[in-house]
Amino acid sequence: MTDNKFLVGIYDDERVVLKAVEKVRESGIKIHEVFTPFPVHGLGHALGYKMPRMGVPAFLFGMTGTVCAFLLTFWTMGVDWPMNVGGKNFFPFPTNIPIVFELTVLFAAFGMAFTFFFMEGLGPTVKPLIFDPRSTDDKFIMAIDLGNNSSVTEGVISDTLKNSGAIEVNIKEV
Amino acid sequence: MEVVSPIREKLVTGNKSYHDVTVDVCRHVEDEPTKEWKIAFGVSLLVLAYGSFWLGKTWWEGLGVWGLNKTVNWAWDITNFVWWVGIGHAGTLISAVLLLFRQKWRTSINRAAEAMTIFAVLCAASFILMHMGRPWLAYWALPLPNTFGSLWVNFNSPLIWDVFAISTYFSVSLLFWFIGMVPDLATIRDRATGARKTIYGALSLGWTGGARSWERYEDLSLILAGLATPLVLSVHTIVSFDFATSVIPGWHTTIFPPYFVAGAIFSGFAMVQNLMLFTRVVYKLEDYITLEHIGLMNKIILVTGSVVGVAYITEFFIAAYSGVQYERYAFFNRATGPLWWSYAAMMSCNVLSPQIFWFRKMRENIVVSFVIAVIVNIGMWFERFVIIVTSLHRDYLPSSWTYFTPRMGDIGDYIFSFGFFFTLFFLFTKFLPVINMAEVKAVMRSSSEMKEEPKKVTV
Repeated sequence: MTDNKFLVGIYDDERVVLKAVEKVRESGIKIHEVFTPFPVHGLGHALGYKMPRMGVPAFLFGMTGTVCAFLLTFWTMGVDWPMNVGGKNFFPFPTNIPIVFELTVLFAAFGMAFTFFFMEGLGPTVKPLIFDPRSTDDKFIMAIDLGNNSSVTEGVISDTLKNSGAIEVNIKEV
Repeated sequence: MEVVSPIREKLVTGNKSYHDVTVDVCRHVEDEPTKEWKIAFGVSLLVLAYGSFWLGKTWWEGLGVWGLNKTVNWAWDITNFVWWVGIGHAGTLISAVLLLFRQKWRTSINRAAEAMTIFAVLCAASFILMHMGRPWLAYWALPLPNTFGSLWVNFNSPLIWDVFAISTYFSVSLLFWFIGMVPDLATIRDRATGARKTIYGALSLGWTGGARSWERYEDLSLILAGLATPLVLSVHTIVSFDFATSVIPGWHTTIFPPYFVAGAIFSGFAMVQNLMLFTRVVYKLEDYITLEHIGLMNKIILVTGSVVGVAYITEFFIAAYSGVQYERYAFFNRATGPLWWSYAAMMSCNVLSPQIFWFRKMRENIVVSFVIAVIVNIGMWFERFVIIVTSLHRDYLPSSWTYFTPRMGDIGDYIFSFGFFFTLFFLFTKFLPVINMAEVKAVMRSSSEMKEEPKKVTV
């Protein structure tokens, strides 16, 4: 991402930016990304993103936890050092349900958190590319990569952004 | 897919813009601490210092500093443990269960409630360490191989379930809290300069708030909420198993799991109420934590208070109906024995006092809400004391019947937990955003839109 030139449209209303995304995409301009201070419902759909399917890895992580916990309790209590507790079975399944349940939740939660960090490239040393610092406050920022839109001139894009309701259009080189 | 109910009050009052929300919440992180904060923090530190003296004494001299005897061998330690864990439950309830139920009013209070959860669970954990007697061997409760010097832990034991439940609960709550805070930490980062920018920059993990990130973020929040909901129910269920799986009359009851969970939510909401009433005044957040929020929390206190009331009566009825003389005596002794006053305190604080919230005027009265919340927390402490001590102090052998009197060690260690809790809470209110800015901004418009165009309801 060196020597890339971005046009940055700044909006101050999420309803305007939702319509603007549709308008800009209709005129054939590719949007790099829209940055908002809070989740705007319908924005991902307007940008043509697929619904995220985080439930699939969550289920897999959870099942890993279930299997690990089951093996841990079964192996320690039943195989490695069978312990006689009040003459009960060496491996009574019901008394292991709490452990199995807790580890399922633990694996799924941490697995998903790190999956999310990995997918988003988040980490404590990451230097984010911030097009406008107001995007985490009250402004909705539409970034357009000029390198990706060689068929349209800069002036046309700028006009499209302004016509769609942008209060400012800035140029950002990164 | 926004459904706006036209009968609801506005969630955020004072005609705030998005920028106002940012300023109102970030101000406390950015400005010098206020005088009120310094006083409150100073007092908590003093309480912590006094409590730490007793904690040190407990560890140095052993559990002899407590008032335990050979009949009542579990008392304030486990009472405080269950009490603190229970308080923690409201935070998860607000952030996870109310998220699944799409209750938008939770957005102003979820951050502080989750912080309360984490600190309350830490306080609870401190009592586990204390009552071990040799806290430096606490890791023996972990499943370590027997070549390490001991057998594998006994996975059939409810105390080991507790180890897993509490540690999972703590770590998942911490994760949920942190992930919820990442966008707000990015807001602080983008306003800050110098060292603060570096610190909050590292904490915010490079969050920028792109549309794709938000989609995944919301999906992740739902999944974590879906995981945290059964987790929070399981934790107090497992805590209640500490008693329910024993054969002590008064403990050996199947009603314990739901009864404990209801009680946990009850006491937790009372604590959230206390903290919120305090925070909204000190940090001038009356527009975000409105009387509507206070009234809604009081409704939950009323419902859960009545649920525990039903549980108390059911327990009594089942004991009478069981035909087991030991069970009958345990309950008869609870209500009329030498510790009758604790039973009376429990009944009046938990069942009777919240009934005042049937009246809207009382629900939305700040002083009444604060006082009742304190009373409820006292009552819930007594509930655990009643269950634990009255069931133990007269066992099967009348010659060993005794009474329980706390000693300074019991009281000092309890004071320690208060100092610890409030010190952490005040540090949180100073250095982290007390209100979830991103979520509040997301629900603001839908409530203001309703005022402008009341008929606009899109499904």
